[in-house]
Amino acid sequence: MEKLYKFLKYTFIILWTVFIVAPFLWAISTSFKDFQSVNSKVTYIPWLDFEPTLEGWRVLVKSPARGGVDIVEPYFNSLFVTCTASLISIVLGTLAAYALSRFTFKAGFVRNNDITFFFISQRIMPPIVLSIPFFIFLSTIGLLDSLIGLVVVYIVLLMPIAVWIMVDFFNRVPKELDETALIDGCNPYQAFYKVVLPNSVPGLIVAGMFCIIFGWIDFFFAFILTFTEVQLLPVKVVALNSSITPWWSLSASALISVAPLIIVAFVVERYLSKGNLSGALK
Amino acid sequence: MNLVAKHLTYKPDDQYHLNDVSFNFEKGKLYTILGRTLSGKTTLLKAIAGLLSPDSGNINFEDKNFSKVPVWERNVAMVYQQFINYPHLSVYENISFPLKQRKLNEENIKKNVDAALKTVGLLGFENRKIQELSGGQQQRVALARSLAKKAKILLLDEPLVNLDYKLREQLREEFKTIFNEGLANETILIYSTTDPQEVMELNGEVIVLDEGKVLQTGPAKDIFENPINLKVAEISNDPPMNIINGLKIDGKITFENINIKLPKHLSQLENKNYNFGIRSSEIKLSDGGEEFEIELAEISGSETLLHLKRGSTKVIALIEEVMNFKIHEKVKVEFNSDKFYVFAEDGKLISSPFRIKNG
Repeated sequence: MEKLYKFLKYTFIILWTVFIVAPFLWAISTSFKDFQSVNSKVTYIPWLDFEPTLEGWRVLVKSPARGGVDIVEPYFNSLFVTCTASLISIVLGTLAAYALSRFTFKAGFVRNNDITFFFISQRIMPPIVLSIPFFIFLSTIGLLDSLIGLVVVYIVLLMPIAVWIMVDFFNRVPKELDETALIDGCNPYQAFYKVVLPNSVPGLIVAGMFCIIFGWIDFFFAFILTFTEVQLLPVKVVALNSSITPWWSLSASALISVAPLIIVAFVVERYLSKGNLSGALK
Repeated sequence: MNLVAKHLTYKPDDQYHLNDVSFNFEKGKLYTILGRTLSGKTTLLKAIAGLLSPDSGNINFEDKNFSKVPVWERNVAMVYQQFINYPHLSVYENISFPLKQRKLNEENIKKNVDAALKTVGLLGFENRKIQELSGGQQQRVALARSLAKKAKILLLDEPLVNLDYKLREQLREEFKTIFNEGLANETILIYSTTDPQEVMELNGEVIVLDEGKVLQTGPAKDIFENPINLKVAEISNDPPMNIINGLKIDGKITFENINIKLPKHLSQLENKNYNFGIRSSEIKLSDGGEEFEIELAEISGSETLLHLKRGSTKVIALIEEVMNFKIHEKVKVEFNSDKFYVFAEDGKLISSPFRIKNG
């Protein structure tokens, strides 16, 4: 029984791993192929099955004038928008979350929990509902098709996540810690940044990770709110797919667009395995 | 130059946390606040620290209105029942934190921290992380931090309650010396606890608090010998004082068909019904005693607590040795009638073995 259980467990894990890893291997292999190798017959292993080429990767950095697709600019656009929006969301979200966790607000029937819910409620609606007001809003203030406009929209999308995670985190930090800091001569601001914040690093990392992931993978708003001036990576990658699908460069661009997330995952995984985040993620 | 509180009241919900609390604390003295859980002890300490402001009443310190002074300028120190330290700092940094806030110079800080570490017996632990310490050591760090500050008011909120039995005994012993050596003469020390034994050992001025109300104040010995009513008698004894409803008739006390010869100190008592109080330690196993049924026998440390029943009267006897009893077994016990307290039906103390009061 014990053995059977073990056998089933490992079989499942192996199958699942294959399921997860196979597309990556396929993409890596495909990114080194050319038209011939993709379309002739089924091939997997470079040098044995097909002659590897860097053409799929080279196309990505060439300017369109020279027959390339140039994803460098969209890549940096995406990095800029995601990082800026995440950073601002974390800063504002952490401050808001601390206030929500430590102070009691009353405004008519509105209480702390209602405010927290208000933040997260921004994410309950399907994005398409938000797209129209966002579009009108950005076009009114003239930020349509601009990086700043995207940053603003992404802050609206990411801050609720930061607030939600950090409220939960601060609620687990004993109130007595802040009180001790006050007693020990800190004013409320010093208590926050000298004592509470340094002890909230795990929560900040989790919140930051979620913000970066959700910002980076967004296609919908990047697609709706930009036209020609600014392009973000997900939109650019999808746009690669023309009449003839360039599988090689599509694979290469897919790989480099998930690369940052893989790095983020590794960083977070290290914290997770230390057990530092277990409380924050429960 | 004292800490004076007048008519402090705090009622955040439908229950009083503080109900018209007034006191006058003098410098260089130790005050213990005795009360059960939720009696308002922590609320009172927080009000003194400035962490919450009472609905009414005021606190004056050194003839200044304290309610205008924010927490961080009050120069108080507080140790919580949870072990609260700064987890991101080392032991040394923890203790020096309040001193750095006060912008003392490096040399001065080191001197103070070292002295505090020495007092709590943690020299050599300077560079340890808080998480690497045991509960008792963490509480010592918290204590050292509050000592190093040389605060004018030192608040200790049930500092021993979360420690295990053995450690509690040990730290309680040490506390007395720490308080004597480590404190300047102008410090007001306020210590809250649920444990009557701690109160007796610390031997300071006692304030008995219940449901936010001050029931009795006075030296520890006074509270122990003459609790002014049933409630205080209950709170200031562990196990709580046994209360027996009985009748006094000429020359004897009767309850549950037991007749006890009237002790001398009660000779003036009128003939009627009273609540007689007797401490658990004054009920002894004795072959010539009265028969009771055992409801429960608890062994704690080197003592046995016998929960006894006869008719509708229930008492707890404290036996000074470890013995095994069966539940529902019958035992004979004797009451030391010289130690009888008498409370009126409304709970007021009428007579105690230490003081005779008529009417």
